[in-house]
Amino acid sequence: MVAGHSHVGVHGHSVVHRLPAQVKIVALVAFVFTVVLTPREEFWAFFVYAALLAVVVAIAGLPPRLVLRRMVVEVPFLVFALLLPFVSQGPQVEFLGLTVSESGLLAAWNLLAKGTLGVVAAIILAATTPSRDLLVGLQRLHLPRLLVEIATFMVRYLEVVGAEMHRMRIARESRGFHASNLGHLRVVAQSAGALFIRSYERGERVHLAMLSRGYTGSLPMMDARSATASAWATAAVLPFAALITATAAWIAS
Amino acid sequence: MHVPDGFLNAPTSVATAVFAAGTIAVALKKSRTELDERTAPLAGLTAAFIFAVQMLNFPVGVGTSGHLMGGALAAVLVGPWTAILVMSVVLITQALLFADGGLTALGTNITLMGIVTVAVAWFTVKAVLRILPKRPSSVVPATFVGALLSVPAAALVFVGLYLVGGEADLPVGALVATMLGWHTLIGVGEAVITSLTVGAVIATRPDLVYAARGLQPDLVLKTAEGDVVAARPTAAQGGASARRPIAGFALAGLAVTLTLAGVASFFASSNPDGLEYVAGEQGFLSSARDHLFGAFALADYGDVGGIPVGVAGVIGVAIVIGAGLLLFRYLARHKPAGPETPVEPRQDVSA
Repeated sequence: MVAGHSHVGVHGHSVVHRLPAQVKIVALVAFVFTVVLTPREEFWAFFVYAALLAVVVAIAGLPPRLVLRRMVVEVPFLVFALLLPFVSQGPQVEFLGLTVSESGLLAAWNLLAKGTLGVVAAIILAATTPSRDLLVGLQRLHLPRLLVEIATFMVRYLEVVGAEMHRMRIARESRGFHASNLGHLRVVAQSAGALFIRSYERGERVHLAMLSRGYTGSLPMMDARSATASAWATAAVLPFAALITATAAWIAS
Repeated sequence: MHVPDGFLNAPTSVATAVFAAGTIAVALKKSRTELDERTAPLAGLTAAFIFAVQMLNFPVGVGTSGHLMGGALAAVLVGPWTAILVMSVVLITQALLFADGGLTALGTNITLMGIVTVAVAWFTVKAVLRILPKRPSSVVPATFVGALLSVPAAALVFVGLYLVGGEADLPVGALVATMLGWHTLIGVGEAVITSLTVGAVIATRPDLVYAARGLQPDLVLKTAEGDVVAARPTAAQGGASARRPIAGFALAGLAVTLTLAGVASFFASSNPDGLEYVAGEQGFLSSARDHLFGAFALADYGDVGGIPVGVAGVIGVAIVIGAGLLLFRYLARHKPAGPETPVEPRQDVSA
């Protein structure tokens, strides 16, 4: 469960892998913002964006199947997007033999295109950057220190807490428990309560262990690579190409 | 409920991001008062806990399962400011590592799931605790109400954001009704599991539950003859000082609720037949209407006779709160005195 989730990185040595995390974060956020700002009626622009992302995936050497598999997180919004043409108001049009709302159809396309591009961009970032580097990158981008520290502890102990939850599940099931109706919520909730106490007490022990090693209230942060100008220039290619596309789309619309 | 990229337009996304960043900045300062220098490890572990608990699926009905959002749970367990940090970290990690929730919608997601749920749950819990008898177990029903309200409140704020910066042209009344209806159901699930979880923690480590602080029963002294004498709480136990901020919280909560009701009902009824529409006869959607909302069309319906409706919403809330207060007063008075909870010494942590 959790163990599977925490290894989101894909090992590799491509240009995309080697770029410092902060550069990649800035480039991807700029890219996604450009996509969101593009007028939805200019359909071709979104295919250009998709092609750009496909090139990045190819350069990074990510298996396309892996990218597709991780795209399942957007399924809830795919369902929502599919509903939009039927529940929106405004002039009705014929589409694939169905009478649907024109604005709803456009909105569905908008959500589908922009949402998917955003998800793929985030997948590329997560797959080419170790989670530790991501946190260091966030710190380089001047995210508040305390927030980065909390995130660091969370990422570090996610697997431990997840494994703890897994052991509790095995203990429940080995006693014949099987959650099948609402009455079993109490058991699940008690496990959650126990999990909180264990996590919190672990936090207290971790804190004491840190104190005994000279912790004074903030963590030393190490090996924060500073980004070179050439790294920024390399990463800027993607949002720059997107910006040209978006400008063309604005002029065309 | 994670909002993806492209759901709200760019100006709205930026506005919510600025709001979220400002709130996080305040929370970073205030959380020090809740956890002092232990903030980083404890909030980090709590974030890992919330993340793990969100994966804990429970059956909802026929073949479907749901999971917690966790805002109310975090607020009750570790205090509101720390909870905002915890939820923000969880959401940032989900967006960056798991592509769950759009990068540009991060501010929106933090605002909805990290700030609105926490704030509504916390104000509600504090308000309800004021009416319930002063003992740790009162936190459980208070948590139930808080978690129950937190989910539809987040849904309402989402609808508000959608009206300002949404990219589709949905009928307002129907949107409000479906979002509220659906999320009230989700809220019931959230309330049941959150209050049961808090109850489980209170049963073993009441000292860990932030919302239960200051609710320990007063000390009772027994003399050698067996007479029972109530010990006077000293200032250090916070008997009197714990009261005042609660009044402030309750007032602020009331203000937030009234504003929401006033503003939300204003929006909802600018399409007067929207609610009946869902309730009924014509099906979910049929008639084509003029576009009510372009981007930032708020100015257009400032004078659609909204003010009386907003006032009606406020009056409605006042009636509901009044009825609720009376009900709780009654319940509190007629509740059988619970078994004396033994005063446990605070357990020391063994590493």
